[in-house]
Amino acid sequence: MTTDSTLERAAGTNLGETLVQVRDLKMFFPVTEGAIIPRVIAHVKAVNGISFDIKKGETLGLVGESGCGKTTTGRCMLQLETATEGAIYYDGQDLTKLTKQEMRPLRQRIQVIFQDPYSSLNPRMKIGEIISEPMMVHKTEPDAAARDKRVRELLAVCGLNPKFADRYPHEMSGGQRQRVGIARALAVRPEFIICDEAVSALDVSIQAQVINLLEDLRDEYDLTYLFISHDLSVVRHLCQRVAVMYLGNIVELAETDELFDNPMHPYTQALLEAVPIPDPTIEKARAHRVITGEIPSPMNPPPGCVFHPRCGIAVDECKKLVPEFREVKPGHWVACSQV
Amino acid sequence: MVTVSENLADAKNAELQDDLRDRPGLWKQITSFARKQPLGFAGLIVVLVFICLAVFAPWLSPFDPEASSYEHMLAPPGTTSDAGTFYLGTDDFGRDVLTRIIYGARTALFVGFTCAIVGATVGLVLGVGSAFFGGKIDLIFQRIMDIFMAFPLIIMALSIVAIFGSSIQNVIIAITIPFIPRCARVVRSSALAIREIPYIDAARANGFSNSRIIMRHMVPNVMAPFLIMLTAFVGQAILLEASLSFLGLGVQEPVPAWGLMLKNAQEYIRSEPWIAIWPGIAITLGVFGFNLFGDALRDALDPRLRSNQ
Repeated sequence: MTTDSTLERAAGTNLGETLVQVRDLKMFFPVTEGAIIPRVIAHVKAVNGISFDIKKGETLGLVGESGCGKTTTGRCMLQLETATEGAIYYDGQDLTKLTKQEMRPLRQRIQVIFQDPYSSLNPRMKIGEIISEPMMVHKTEPDAAARDKRVRELLAVCGLNPKFADRYPHEMSGGQRQRVGIARALAVRPEFIICDEAVSALDVSIQAQVINLLEDLRDEYDLTYLFISHDLSVVRHLCQRVAVMYLGNIVELAETDELFDNPMHPYTQALLEAVPIPDPTIEKARAHRVITGEIPSPMNPPPGCVFHPRCGIAVDECKKLVPEFREVKPGHWVACSQV
Repeated sequence: MVTVSENLADAKNAELQDDLRDRPGLWKQITSFARKQPLGFAGLIVVLVFICLAVFAPWLSPFDPEASSYEHMLAPPGTTSDAGTFYLGTDDFGRDVLTRIIYGARTALFVGFTCAIVGATVGLVLGVGSAFFGGKIDLIFQRIMDIFMAFPLIIMALSIVAIFGSSIQNVIIAITIPFIPRCARVVRSSALAIREIPYIDAARANGFSNSRIIMRHMVPNVMAPFLIMLTAFVGQAILLEASLSFLGLGVQEPVPAWGLMLKNAQEYIRSEPWIAIWPGIAITLGVFGFNLFGDALRDALDPRLRSNQ
């Protein structure tokens, strides 16, 4: 593994059994010009050198606003994108260096739940086929009867009528489809599930049910989650640790309670203050610190600290020096020179 | 909070109560298709009638399609002779028009189906493959398709027949080749959109092979444009075959073909119009029937447009 001790430390605590280690992950998308002979004119730095660990049985939240690179991080971990630089160790194996064939057995262990329950299920396949297909490909269930039995079992586990196996996705509601997505992810008995905005497309009451289901499944099957979301209250409810991303960088990483009670990075502070309190009197009395300015383009991120153009406490140094991602308190990591 | 075991129990109860209706049977599906798509159903009937005519031609037709008879030349419809009644009249060789139309359905449907199925299927494979692999492969495929698309359909068919000679195989080749890029292009544009939909990502994240993703996830989802192209191609191919035969580059005498019958009718159109009218109606009805049926079939096969009522 990497010999860089700062990176090793930067990833957070090394206590407990670590399942996933992401080291200095970079994902740049080339921007090309010219139709016949394309040439690269710039790169979108979607993920610009992030490192974190996920321990076995833990739920790590990855939060940030739209376009900060949280979904790209998830896609890199699934090997749906080939990372530009950096390493993703899963159980000691670097996923970025595996061939397609070597990756296949690991794909059974890493599953994903997508954001949009409407487009993540093939409209031409019955629910039963959708759920049993991974079992067939990974050969976890040898014969059709066993697969059929497991499909019904999984539907029941996810709170759906087993009769839905003969239905098409369009015959179901959004919440039901998301449960099918969860059942598909569980079909091959994975140990790690990436939830990419898994509840964002659902309305609040259904959201709560699906979150509870995810929690129950985690306890029942010892699952590890990477929970990508922009919804801070959902993350607070579900995650043990939370990483905050801004413009392709992780700016703060801490235990959930520590992060929410004692946010240190000015971006995290502003983010938490933006969450409305459902009480008009308190809400009115609260001081709002609105982040000024627009989010810079990831094609041309600002030098030094990426947050400095919008930061309230930035000094001249921030414009030049990239702040070190350091451990301010045990388990609480911040990328800001001013705290 | 609902636990997993409670969910299991709930589901068992739900199964007992069973508020979900079962899928309707085949007969119900057919009647519901007829009710919801009356025009399409009419098209289906026309198509079925033509298929029956083609299959049972020797039993249905009263005369030999190729035997000429000088006694019965240019007999008007309904003429009765000692050989039998010429319901639709006879042509300039004394051959029964009805018989030749029935046998002509064989030629038309054989050419129509062969060209449409081969052309659309090759186009489907090239289109989906091109979209799925993308990049350089896509670029090269599309430029080759552009070259084929640059020729107007009839000119392309004419030149192929002119080079290789006019036989039924060459007519089929001449009509099939221009169909391929047309289908490939339409299918590719649909497949490009489908490639970006999360269920393809879900399949890739699960490590499914390329062939499985193409066959199980992409091809079924481009079925709607494919079927429209296929059924439109059957109609177009019938029309093209008739055109080529009419121009003397298609099916040759004495094989019965609708286009050929029209060609021969040119000289007699003023005095004996039935020789031209009946094959004209056959061509029109055939093309119209296939197009109507194709549109309805697309709607009926799309599960998103289908309901159980």
